[in-house]
Amino acid sequence: MMALWRDMPARGRALAGLLLVVLLAAPLFADRYLLSVLILIFYFAYVGQAWNLMMGLAGQLSLGHALYVGLGAYVAAMLWVYFGVGPWLGVVPAVAVAALAGSAIAWLGFRFSIEGVYFVLLTIAFAEFTRIAFDHIGAAGGAGGFFIPYQAQRLGEWWNLRGGQRLFYYVGLALAIGGVILTAWLEGSRLGYQWRAVREDQQAARSLGIDILAAKMKAALISSAMTAVGGVFYAFYYDSLFPAQVFGIGRSIELILAPIVGGLGTVFGPLVGAFILTQLGELLTAAVEKLGVDAPGAKALVYGLILMLIIFVRPDGVWPWLARACGLTGRKPGRAT
Amino acid sequence: MSLILSVVVSGVLTGLVYGLMALGLSVIFGIVRVVNFAHGEFAVMAMYAAFMLFRDFGLDPAAAMLPVAAAFFGIGYLLQSALINPFVGRAEHEQFILLVALGMVIVNGLLIIFGPDARPANLSYALDSYEIGPLLIDKARLLAAAAAVAVAAALFAFFRLTALGTAIRACADNLLGAAVVGLNVKRLYALSFGIGLACVGAAGALMVTIADARPALAQAFTLQAFIIVIVGGLGSMSGALVGGVLIGVSEALAGFFFEPSMKSMFSFALLVLVLVLRPQGLMGSRA
Repeated sequence: MMALWRDMPARGRALAGLLLVVLLAAPLFADRYLLSVLILIFYFAYVGQAWNLMMGLAGQLSLGHALYVGLGAYVAAMLWVYFGVGPWLGVVPAVAVAALAGSAIAWLGFRFSIEGVYFVLLTIAFAEFTRIAFDHIGAAGGAGGFFIPYQAQRLGEWWNLRGGQRLFYYVGLALAIGGVILTAWLEGSRLGYQWRAVREDQQAARSLGIDILAAKMKAALISSAMTAVGGVFYAFYYDSLFPAQVFGIGRSIELILAPIVGGLGTVFGPLVGAFILTQLGELLTAAVEKLGVDAPGAKALVYGLILMLIIFVRPDGVWPWLARACGLTGRKPGRAT
Repeated sequence: MSLILSVVVSGVLTGLVYGLMALGLSVIFGIVRVVNFAHGEFAVMAMYAAFMLFRDFGLDPAAAMLPVAAAFFGIGYLLQSALINPFVGRAEHEQFILLVALGMVIVNGLLIIFGPDARPANLSYALDSYEIGPLLIDKARLLAAAAAVAVAAALFAFFRLTALGTAIRACADNLLGAAVVGLNVKRLYALSFGIGLACVGAAGALMVTIADARPALAQAFTLQAFIIVIVGGLGSMSGALVGGVLIGVSEALAGFFFEPSMKSMFSFALLVLVLVLRPQGLMGSRA
C-alpha cells in the first residue's frame, strides 16, 4: 500500500489527492441525480475490485460472484428484518456465510482441478442453483422478493445504516477507497506475489514451493468475503431483493465488466472501468429518453456494441493505456496483461 | 406408472433437440476452442426465424430447419472470419466478453423487433399425440426429435467420412500439426463455427414446436447447452446427444415430481456432480 504511494509520480499523487477532495466534498454541491450515479460507481468499483483480486491477481475466472453479493445481501437483510440485528453487526455473519460458500466452491474446484471454462461453469452452477433455491424459500420472500420495510422514525439511524443518500454516498466512497487500498496492499504482499506466480504459471509456482491450492483458496476466500460486504450495502441501499436480480447470471456479468474494461489485475482499473461504464449507461438512458425511442432493449444493445468495441481495441483495459497517456505510470512499471 | 413413462419419453424427445443445440456448442468449443457464450441467443434467433417462416409462409418448422440452418451457417462463417478469428488463442476472459457482448446485441435486437412476449407458433398438430400401448407421445415432439437425430447423423457422417470433416477434426486434435501439413486453419475454423451455428439454427427451428419463442429464453439455453456439453463430455459428439437426453429427462421428471420452476436446479446439480466425479464427462476420454 505504501509502495503504491511511493511509486506514484508527483502528478499522479496530485491527481489522486484532488480527486479525493472533490469526491469528499461532492455532496455539498452535487444534486441527487449525480450522487446516485456516483454511489452506483462506488458500488461497482468495489465489487469489481473484489472480483479483480481473484481473476486479475490470482487468475481464477469466476462468473458466479453474484452468489456472494446475494448471500451477503440476504443474510444481512433477514437478520435486520427478523431479529433487528443492524447491518454493521450483521455484516459479520453475512461475510461469514459468503466466505464459506466461496471457499467451498473454490475447494471443490481447485481440489478436483476443475479449471478454465469448467471452473467458470462450476461457479455459474452454484449461483444459479442458489437463485432457484431462493425462489422457493418462503422466509426469504421467494420469487416475490424480500423487502426491508420503510420506517420513517429510523431514518438517520446511521448506526443501522438507515439514512439518506448522503450516508450511502460516504459509505460507498469508503468502500471504493478501501477496495483500492486493500488491493494495493495485497498486490505488494507475499500473497500477492504468490497469486501472480500462480496466475502466470501454476507448475512454475509449485516448483518454487508455493502451495498453490492454499494461495488460490485464499484468493477465493478474500474475494467472496469482500463481495459480500458489497451485498450488504446493496441490500440496505435498495431495500428490496429479488432472487432473479440478485443472484442472476446477468448480475455476475455486470459486476465483472468494470475491472475488465478498466484493466484486469490493476489497482485502479475497476474504479476507472466503473466510472466509464456507469456514465455510459446513464448517457445511453438519457439519449434513449431524449430521442423518444420506446424500445426496451435499445440501451443494452448499444452497450453491447460498445463493449465489443472496447474489448477489440483495448483488450488490456482502459486504465493501463490511460495511465501511460497521462504520464501516470510509476517507476515500477505496472503490469498489464 | 405409464404416466411417468410418458414423461420420461417426452423428456428423451425434448432432450434430443437440446442435444442438437449442444452439439453446435460442442463443435465450436471442441474445435475453435472459443467459448460461445452467445449460443442461446443464436438459438432464440433461430426460433424467431422459424416462427416467421411459419407465420408468413406456412412453412413447417421441420422444413424451415433447412433454410434457417443454411443461413446460420453463413452467419457463423462470416462471424468467425471477421470477428472471432482475431480472438482465437487470446485470454479466455476476452473471448468471453466479446461473445457475451455479441449475445447482448442479439437478444436486445430481438427484444426491440419482437417485444418481450412469447410468440406461440400455433402449429395445427401441436396438440396431436400418438398412443402407443400405455404411452402418450406428442406428435410435435416426436417429429422434432426425429429431425434432430437426422441432422446429428448427417453431422457424424460429415466428420467421419468426408475429407473436409477429417481436416476439421485434425485442427481440433493437433492445431500445430494441422497447420504444418498445410491446412488453412482460419478457414476451417470459420467452417466449424458455421457448422456449429447451423446446428443451433436447426435446433432452434425445431424448438419452435416445443416452446414459444421469447428473448428471455436465451440465457437459459446458453447455460443448458454448456451443461449438456460438459455432462456429455467435451469433444464427444455422441456425448452431446447423450447429455441432452439426460438433461431432458431430468428436467421432465423434476417438473413432474417437484415444480417446473425447479427443473434446472437438477441440471446444475448434475453438472456439479459430473465436474467433480468425472470431469471429462460421461462419454469423454481424458485428454
